[in-house]
Amino acid sequence: MTKNNALIYMLTAMADDALILGHRNSEWTGLGPVMEEDIAFSSMAQDKIGHAWALYRIQQEDLGGGDPDQFAFLRNEKDYRCCHLVEQPNGEYDFSLMRHFLFDHAEAIRYEQLQQSSFAPLQPLARKLKGEIKYHTLHANAWITQLCRAGEESYARMQSALNACFPLALGLFEPGGEAEDLLVAEKVYPGEKALQQLWMDRIYAILSAAALNLPGEHAVQPAYGGRKGCHTVHLQPLLEEMGNVFRTDPAATW
Amino acid sequence: MYGGGYIFDEPNKRQLNEEQLHDDPEKLADFEARIARGEKIEPGDWMPSEYRRQLIRLIEQHAHSEIMGALPEGTWITRAPGFKRKLALIAKVQDEIGHGQLLYNAAETLGKSREAMINDLLSGKSKYSNVFNYPAETWADVTVIGFLIDAAAIVNQVANAKGSYGPYCRALERICYEESFHLKQGHDAFIELATGTPAQRAMLQDALNRWWQPIMHFFGPPDKSSVHSEKLMQWKVKMASNDDMRNQFLDTYVPKIWDLGLTLPDEKLRKDPDTGKWEYSDPDWDLFKKVINGGGPCNQERLNVRKWAETHGRWVRKALMNPKDRIAAPVA
Repeated sequence: MTKNNALIYMLTAMADDALILGHRNSEWTGLGPVMEEDIAFSSMAQDKIGHAWALYRIQQEDLGGGDPDQFAFLRNEKDYRCCHLVEQPNGEYDFSLMRHFLFDHAEAIRYEQLQQSSFAPLQPLARKLKGEIKYHTLHANAWITQLCRAGEESYARMQSALNACFPLALGLFEPGGEAEDLLVAEKVYPGEKALQQLWMDRIYAILSAAALNLPGEHAVQPAYGGRKGCHTVHLQPLLEEMGNVFRTDPAATW
Repeated sequence: MYGGGYIFDEPNKRQLNEEQLHDDPEKLADFEARIARGEKIEPGDWMPSEYRRQLIRLIEQHAHSEIMGALPEGTWITRAPGFKRKLALIAKVQDEIGHGQLLYNAAETLGKSREAMINDLLSGKSKYSNVFNYPAETWADVTVIGFLIDAAAIVNQVANAKGSYGPYCRALERICYEESFHLKQGHDAFIELATGTPAQRAMLQDALNRWWQPIMHFFGPPDKSSVHSEKLMQWKVKMASNDDMRNQFLDTYVPKIWDLGLTLPDEKLRKDPDTGKWEYSDPDWDLFKKVINGGGPCNQERLNVRKWAETHGRWVRKALMNPKDRIAAPVA
């Protein structure tokens, strides 16, 4: 494993997560429970897809990777490294909101750490993205808190969404084996375990203020596999839809 | 974006007479003098009941058109080819929903709540632009909508922005500003296909052929068959005639389409060099009426999507609403 390959592994996982969740967020367009939420999910979709694009461009410019459009739209399913959390269909608003909460706090922490990365191209990007994700976490915190205080039905819905999302969200921190060890040794980032601990501390504070019970970290089976190319049944149809036009003529400009 | 021309209620004559009897003649004269001087009418000002009724109807239809108009293009967000188009399309559709929000606020200043308007949309009582009841079958349809339907909407909205009701005009100014970006994006994507591979060009030509009639319908029925609207023009609710707007659109955009070597499915389409007016075959106005009244290819599908959002979002709205809170009309 070279450092170059380890970096590609990490950046692809981050970018694929952002791309696929951005795709899911964009599916809320026209369907939100209130127009304001429609607009919010649309806005976050643009940010996520923009983050993915920026990460694919770093791969292209600094790590010898290919064209971002081709890379994002044409790979085979097993070559995507996204986690199972982002692949899930949107379900109801409670599921999408809880996923957004868990995911965006994880991203915020990852980019906070990457500001000090030894891989120089990530530093300015991490600073910029951290500023955008701040609004995503603010949005998620406000809605979770509000819905948990607004009566039995919405509280119960948020608790069951948390139960469903939490094991999936642990997959965001799937151990990266040799690649991860190398990146930690090279001070590219502090490693998945350290990020997960920071994330747990952060979400715990907000969830307990909302009176939600976090399932025990050790009592659930984390949804691993995505980083190695093993995906849920939901990814392949999503990829077919995403490439629906692009694949008809990948050489053409659109 | 919005279209459908001005489809106003033919007022119930008896009801209208009764309402007008209640309008204080002095106040009415003062109101009409203000409009004639170019002043804007604001939410707290006195206004004739018929003015209020027709404005609510106009702004509400416009707001519905924005949120329903997001649907045909919205179905292509997940399929948009490449990062650039994908991001532009999400941003554009997001803007349209934002326009809906602005317009519902403007209509609320006249005394009808957003909930009541959405309920009327779902029950079919309240209309939206006909053009969104047609399917967007291919990616080329998205470029035709983004370029030509947005262009047509701009013609309509620029005219309305000069109207007499302050909150509506201010919302429209902002909307027109954003729509002009949509037009640029749509034009760019349209040109990309027009100058692309033979398959891309064929896809674009096919989309143009299918969308031409709905575009001709867009500005509403010809002036000769429109309901009497002298009063609405005097009150600056209706700002231009359907035929004039249609002519303005044809004058700007038909040459651009022809310049790209594309054709339009109307052999009669030509500009009369003497009058400067465009001549065209009459689109099928019976079909227009049928689609308005729910018989278009996608009416039911579009409303079902809206109903899904209403039903599945109900628990969220309920959770946000404190029963003790009262809705105050915004003073946009």
